[in-house]
Amino acid sequence: MSDESKDAGTSRRDFLKVSGATLAAGALRVPAVHAAGSDEIRIGLVGCGGRGTGAVTDALKAAPGVRVVALGDAFADRIEQIQKRLLEFGDKAAVRKDRTFVGLDAFEKVIASEANYVILATPPGFRPQHLQAAVAAGKNVFTEKPVGVDGPGIRAVLAAHEEAKRKGLAVGAGTQRRHQRGYLEAVQRIRDGGIGEVTAARAYWNQGGLWKKDREAAWSDLEWQMRNWLYFTWLSGDHIVEQHVHNLDAVNWMMGAHPVKATGMGGRQSRTDPAYGHIYDHFAIDYEYENGVHMLSMCRQIDGCEKRVAEDLVGTKGRAETSGERWAISGPQAWRRREDEGEVSPYVQEHTDLIASIRAGKPSSELKDVAESTLTAIMGRMSAYTGRLVTWEEALGSAESLVPEKLAWGPMPVPPVARPGTPA
Amino acid sequence: MNASGAMMGMLLAAAVATAGAQDAAFAPYSETVPGSSVRFEMVPIPRGTLEAGDQKIPVRAFWVGKYEVTWDEYDAYRSDTTIPVAVGVRSPAGGGPPRDADAVTRPTPPYADEYFGFGRGRQPVISITHHAAMEYGRWLSEKTGKIYRLPTEAEWEYACRAGQAGPGALGEQAWTAENADDEPHPVGKKTPNAWGLFDTLGNVAEWTLDRDRAADGYTTRYPHPVRGGSYTEDAKAVTCASRRLSEEAWSRRDPQRPQSIWWHTDAIFVGFRLVRPVEEDVKMKGLRSRVTRESP
Repeated sequence: MSDESKDAGTSRRDFLKVSGATLAAGALRVPAVHAAGSDEIRIGLVGCGGRGTGAVTDALKAAPGVRVVALGDAFADRIEQIQKRLLEFGDKAAVRKDRTFVGLDAFEKVIASEANYVILATPPGFRPQHLQAAVAAGKNVFTEKPVGVDGPGIRAVLAAHEEAKRKGLAVGAGTQRRHQRGYLEAVQRIRDGGIGEVTAARAYWNQGGLWKKDREAAWSDLEWQMRNWLYFTWLSGDHIVEQHVHNLDAVNWMMGAHPVKATGMGGRQSRTDPAYGHIYDHFAIDYEYENGVHMLSMCRQIDGCEKRVAEDLVGTKGRAETSGERWAISGPQAWRRREDEGEVSPYVQEHTDLIASIRAGKPSSELKDVAESTLTAIMGRMSAYTGRLVTWEEALGSAESLVPEKLAWGPMPVPPVARPGTPA
Repeated sequence: MNASGAMMGMLLAAAVATAGAQDAAFAPYSETVPGSSVRFEMVPIPRGTLEAGDQKIPVRAFWVGKYEVTWDEYDAYRSDTTIPVAVGVRSPAGGGPPRDADAVTRPTPPYADEYFGFGRGRQPVISITHHAAMEYGRWLSEKTGKIYRLPTEAEWEYACRAGQAGPGALGEQAWTAENADDEPHPVGKKTPNAWGLFDTLGNVAEWTLDRDRAADGYTTRYPHPVRGGSYTEDAKAVTCASRRLSEEAWSRRDPQRPQSIWWHTDAIFVGFRLVRPVEEDVKMKGLRSRVTRESP
C-alpha cells in the first residue's frame, strides 16, 4: 500500500470523526426556545412510487422525531402499495385514511395538510407546479431531481427559490452526490487547487435500457404515459434531464458555475418501439462555461454497449475522476478513496442534513443549484433536438412549455420524435 | 497456520486418498454456457471430511467451478430472451394467466453500470444478490440438465482448503488489499490451490448456502454468507475460514423501495462460483430462492 493511500486513510478517519460529531449534534439538537415536540418533522409525500417510498423510508431513518402524516398519488394502487411497505415503521408511518389523497390534484391536499416537510417525488414534469404550491403554503420541501423539464418550469422554480428564501424555508433537492463523503472530499480538493486550474471536463451516464410497463386495456393515454413517464419528454425531460442531470450537477458543483451554451446531438437509434414514447436513446453535448472551459457530456440508454457513469476533470496540475464508488486525483497531489463499507447512505444523509438545518434554525437550500443543473440538461436537450447552438438565456427564456396547461384522464397524443435541422 | 490447522490438513489428505479412485468418469470437464460461445470449466472434488472447530463434516464428491463466474457467463443468462424478466407483483398485461411461480426468471435491467467501471468479459461477476446467484444456477441447471447450484459453506471451505494445511504464499494465490490496487481482477491470473481452483481466496468473496438454513428457507434478502475474503480486505482476513454475512448496507445506494432483488449497489467485493453435486443430498432437492420483491 502506498504512502499516499495511507495518508488518505488517516484523513478519512479524521473527516468521519468530525462530521460524525457535527451530524449527531445537528440531528439531536432540540432548540431550548421550543416546547418539547415542536420541532417534529411531519412528512407529506406527493408521489408514492418506488422513489417516493424510498425517500420516505430514508427520511424516517435520517433523524429522530420524524413521522409521515399525508400521502398523495395520482393512482390509488400506489397508495395501497406504499401503506403496505411502510408498515415496518409502525406508528411513525401510520397515515389516517382522510390524509391519503388520490388524483391529479392530490398534491394540493397533501400540501394543505398538517405536513411541514413535503417530499416531491412525482415525475419531474409536475415539479415546478408542486414546488410553487408547497413554498406558497410555507412548507419545507425535499424535492427529487430534476426540478423541471423546460425553460418556463425552471423560471417558476427559481421564483419559488426566492420566495422560499424570503420565507426562511428549507429546500433539499435529491442530488445525493452532494451528500456523499467521497464527492464532498473530492470537490474540496479540487476547490483547494488539487488539480490546478480546470481546463476541461467530461460527464458520462452511459448504460443500458430501463424498465417499461406494458399498456393495460383500461389505461387512458394519460395514465399509460404517466406510468411510463421515463419515455415522454413532458414528464421526464428525456433521459439527459431525468438521469444524466446527476453528472452535470456534479461537474457544475466542481466548476462552481453552470455552462453558458451548448451544441449537442442525439437520436433514437435502438429503442424505437412506440412503447418507449418519443425520447432519444443517446446524446452527446459540447457545453461551454463562461470562462471558456468545455465539458463533453454523453449519455446513452442502449443495451449491450460500453457503460460508464462518472465525471472527469482535467486541470493544469492533475486530473480528477469521480464516480459513485471511487474518487481519485492524479498528479502531484495524488489522492484516492473508495466508498467505505461503513458509510451512511447518501440518500439518508441528505435528509439528515436538511432536517438538521431546519432544527438549527438555519434552513438550507439546494434549489438554485439543482435548478441550474436541470437547465443545463434542458439546454443540451434543446440543442440536440433542434441541431442548433442554444445559449443559457435562450434555454431559460424559452417559451416552449412541454407540460399541458390542463390535464385530464383521456386521450393524449404522443409528440413526434424530435428531428434536428427540421424547422419547428 | 496453527497446530490444529496442520492436523486437519493431514486428516484431509488421508480422506482424499481413499476417495480419489472412486470413479473414472469423475474427471474435469468444460461446458458451454447455453445460448453462447462462452465455456466454463469444472473440477472434480473427491469426497472427504471438513473439520471445522469440533465438528467433522462429511462432504460428498462434487465438481466445482475452476474460476469464479465471469460476466461473460452471467451476461449469457441475462440476455436469454426465452425466459421472463422478473418484473414483480403486477399481473400480466391483458389479464392473462399468472406466471408459473416456479419458472426460472432473469434479472431486471440494472441501473447505471453493473460492471462498476471494472469492465466485463473475464472479470468476475460482482454485486449481484444471493437470489440472483441462486437463480443463475437454476437457469444453468434447466438448460444443461445437470444440477448446478451455489456450494454449501462446508463444500466451499472444503474445496478452498484442498487438503492442505495452509494456503502457502497468499500473495501468489490471492488478490487482497495488499496487491489488488483496489480492483477485482480477471479470473485465473493467480496461482491455483492444490486442487486447481483459482481465486478461492481473495478477488471476490463468494456466495454460499448458509450452513444454518434449511433448503426451503431462502425467503429473505438477508443475511447470507460469503466466504474467502476479497480484494478489499487485508491479507490476514483472507482465509478459507473467512465468513461474512450480507446485510442491508450492501444495497444502501438503491434509492427505490422495494429495492432490487437482483442487484446490490454496494457489494462490489462479492461474486460466486457454482458446484455440481455428483449425487445430490436429498435435503437439497428442490432448492431455490423464494425471494420476491415483497420479501423482507
